[in-house]
Amino acid sequence: MTELPYVAATELAALLDAGDISAVELTETLRARVEHLDDKLHLFLKRTDERALSDARAADARRSSGDRLSLFDGVPIGYKDIFVTRGVPTTCGSRILEGWVPPFDATVVERCSRAGLPILGKLNMDEFAMGSSTENSAFGPSKNPWNLKTVPGGSSGASAALVAAGGAPWAWGTETGGSVRQPASLCGVVGVKPTYGLVSRYGMIAFASSLDQAGPLSRTVKDSAALLTIAAGHDPLDSTSIPQAAPDYLEGIDRGIAGMRIGIVKEIESGDGMQPGVGERVQEAYQRLEKLGASIEEVSLPSFEYGISAYYLIAPAEASSNLARYDGVRYGLRSSDGSDVGAMMARTRAEGFGDEVKRRIMLGTYALSAGYYDAYYGKAQRVRTLITRDLERAYASVDLIACPTSPTTAFKLGERTNDPLAMYLSDVFTVPVNLAGNAAISVPCGVSADDGLPVGLQLIAKSLDEATMFRAAYAFEQDLGWIDSPEGRPPL
Amino acid sequence: MSMTATDLYETTVGLEIHVELATASKMFCGCPVTFGQEPNTRTCPVCLGLPGSLPVANERAVEHTMKIALALDCRIAEHSLFHRKNYFYPDMPKNYQISQYDLPLGYAGAVEITGGFGTTRVGITRVHLEEDTGKSIHVGGSGRIHDSHYSLEDFNRAGTPLVEIVTEPDIHSAEEARAFVNELRALLESLGVSDVRMEEGSLRVDANVSVRRAGETAHGVKVEVKNMNSVRSVGRALEYEQERQRKALESGERLIQETRHFDEKSGTTSSGRAKEVSSDYRYFAEPDLVPFEPTAEWIERIKSSLPELPAARRERFVAQYGLGSADVEVLTSTTSLADWFEAAAAAYKGEPKKVVNWIVADLFRLLNEAGIEVGAAKISPAQLARLVELVDSGAISGKQAKQVLGDMFATGNDPEAIAAERGMQQISDEGALDLVVAEVIEQNPGVADKVRGGNIGPLGFLVGQVMKKTKGQANPGLVNDLLRSKLVE
Repeated sequence: MTELPYVAATELAALLDAGDISAVELTETLRARVEHLDDKLHLFLKRTDERALSDARAADARRSSGDRLSLFDGVPIGYKDIFVTRGVPTTCGSRILEGWVPPFDATVVERCSRAGLPILGKLNMDEFAMGSSTENSAFGPSKNPWNLKTVPGGSSGASAALVAAGGAPWAWGTETGGSVRQPASLCGVVGVKPTYGLVSRYGMIAFASSLDQAGPLSRTVKDSAALLTIAAGHDPLDSTSIPQAAPDYLEGIDRGIAGMRIGIVKEIESGDGMQPGVGERVQEAYQRLEKLGASIEEVSLPSFEYGISAYYLIAPAEASSNLARYDGVRYGLRSSDGSDVGAMMARTRAEGFGDEVKRRIMLGTYALSAGYYDAYYGKAQRVRTLITRDLERAYASVDLIACPTSPTTAFKLGERTNDPLAMYLSDVFTVPVNLAGNAAISVPCGVSADDGLPVGLQLIAKSLDEATMFRAAYAFEQDLGWIDSPEGRPPL
Repeated sequence: MSMTATDLYETTVGLEIHVELATASKMFCGCPVTFGQEPNTRTCPVCLGLPGSLPVANERAVEHTMKIALALDCRIAEHSLFHRKNYFYPDMPKNYQISQYDLPLGYAGAVEITGGFGTTRVGITRVHLEEDTGKSIHVGGSGRIHDSHYSLEDFNRAGTPLVEIVTEPDIHSAEEARAFVNELRALLESLGVSDVRMEEGSLRVDANVSVRRAGETAHGVKVEVKNMNSVRSVGRALEYEQERQRKALESGERLIQETRHFDEKSGTTSSGRAKEVSSDYRYFAEPDLVPFEPTAEWIERIKSSLPELPAARRERFVAQYGLGSADVEVLTSTTSLADWFEAAAAAYKGEPKKVVNWIVADLFRLLNEAGIEVGAAKISPAQLARLVELVDSGAISGKQAKQVLGDMFATGNDPEAIAAERGMQQISDEGALDLVVAEVIEQNPGVADKVRGGNIGPLGFLVGQVMKKTKGQANPGLVNDLLRSKLVE
């Protein structure tokens, strides 16, 4: 049998049901694993060991009396520290929220708790989810288990690293421009960006409201499908939540992809900045998909290349407003400096926010200013519409679009911290999907020949067509067999 | 308006009115809308702007706003949006206000007002929905933020649905402004969408005032006047402000665009901070809410659910009850009073005008003394009708009725019971009164002679004497007749 830390949640569920393991045993094992990992990788901003254990004991009691809350009752989970958790400090990776204890649970957390998932703790992230490496965390970066000198990606870097290194079968991350898929790619795990509105944003600390979406990270496609099933579906507390119930994404996931039409993007195949080893693996992946019965055809997405430009106007603009509430008046950090309320607010924000957050607040404030709105924010919104239309047009002839998740594998810590633009380009293939609102997944396709680090294949689906996306990703994963092989595990 | 030096100047006023809606819950969360509760006890993650919280629009508030817009004869936007208005202020939990910008729910309406100035049509630029802020209590100094020692924040009010009504600059005098606010208040009351209490801040009026020399085409410098807590204050503040600006112009002083606060005690306005280079609120569409597109059916349903509005009611009062415009104006000043009158008129068998007289003269005096609204009075409309009928039938005199009304007002008891208890009955028995009349003539020979000599004036004195002897129970009309028949004919 696979060592417990690497057993998938869907399999753990069966072991728990069979009485082969207990939730307490599982939780203890993961806790010990996390203890070991956390020293090396710096994954948690807050661990909730005691609570996880008491949650596990409760789960075991339910199972023994035959009324488990769900199939996964007792399977532990970690949350990116962007989800508010009742009674558990939540910082969003920022000094400005240090010490704040939320009085409520995010809908994602609440639904997972209702399914009986013990909470392991809160995971590191780039401050307010702004970044692609976790180096923008106010509490220090996390590291990639494949190579401790490299970043795990971001902003949900610690969520991806935790799952990759066997600290938990699954974890929640969030996306605004690729913050689940890119770290999933860099850490060699599965990461999902659901359709905008599929998962409630209630209790997910806002970065850019029109783009933010929570997404599962796991080692297997099935686990992500199962986790999404738990949390997806309409939430009356989020007005942008799609008013319909979500299906069970495990159903029909193994039907294969014979006859599926998969598009590869003409414009980005020739794109520069692509690491040769990444290109190689992704080409192989396309061939594998074809071998599995899909037809591969070229699609044109001419507006794709404007994604980053539009994104870096829209996201900062919304962020500049979303982050205005951190002013020291009601919660979190309050500067002791300041002769009046205006000075107190300004000093609090100067002391509490990191450089990247300040940079984006300034960008966004500028983009929304009178006289500049049309040229920047307004135009970016029009580009967004173009990208959405391009994708819609492409889906007239294909069911899915395939491309790399990230142009490179994990880069070295510190390599891009002084070059924001290089950092922003990590998300060149993921950002257009957030702008259009579609669903996408990153699934591992092995390691790059040039550095031995994982490469992710991205599959982009139509809005609300997660089922097709999971089906293709699962078929690919099973045929590749990488995740279940020793090669699919980081050397840690 | 009298012809004075002020006629060389023209005042232009546009009003910005904020109305707190009387919905059960707040605009974007489930917290109750309340007034006067313990600070910060009616709050939740949403109205405190806690990280992760999201707004959900209160449908009832949208419906109320639509009612207001339709009642103000506005057009209803087919596609309406909430926007974020960004600025930092400690009583604003998110440091942005969810408001509306270029796509308000209602626009291009109008209201007609009448008064001593004639009839004026005041255009309604827009009617939009937004959320209220919390309340700052500035401690120390003058009680205003700039010189206070510290400030306390109460977020109970934060998130209360607030409708903003903006008028065109169609108002040209304090009198018109007062009339407009009165009309709007009556209209909002009739819709049942707000408490419309200016003192408690559920109706807040700000005025943009400018004065220019008559005949000039460019507008004068706009001054925003705030802190007017009653209709009377609106009038006083505007009178003061137009005079201040006129004097400034006359002496060649340069006026500045600023915000000024009205001080109730002194009746003057004083400068707040000069308005900075018009604030940039960086409006953008609120991404946490979805656009609002009311269907034609929905609009129609709301339209047909509108109650009779004050203007229509006034017309009907003239036609149905045969009342003069002065009476109608008074009776329709509030919906509750108009309702009260109609209930009394319906119960009363005689001419409605008689009931009006009792309401306007006697009941108003009692209400004023008690400091209450008619709705809070113990006396019912039907009881008043019966009281007037007791007078009509001659059972009690008008003078007695006034006493009975006082008792009814104090106790809520029926007029018949009170009259009986007080031993009141009007003496309309001619034989009985004849004796008293004869006695009075005998006791006042000088006065009686004067009347006999054709001087009718002192007749009233003799009537009074009879009333006195009968302890006010004599039917005064009958006494009058008897005296005349003995002395004049």
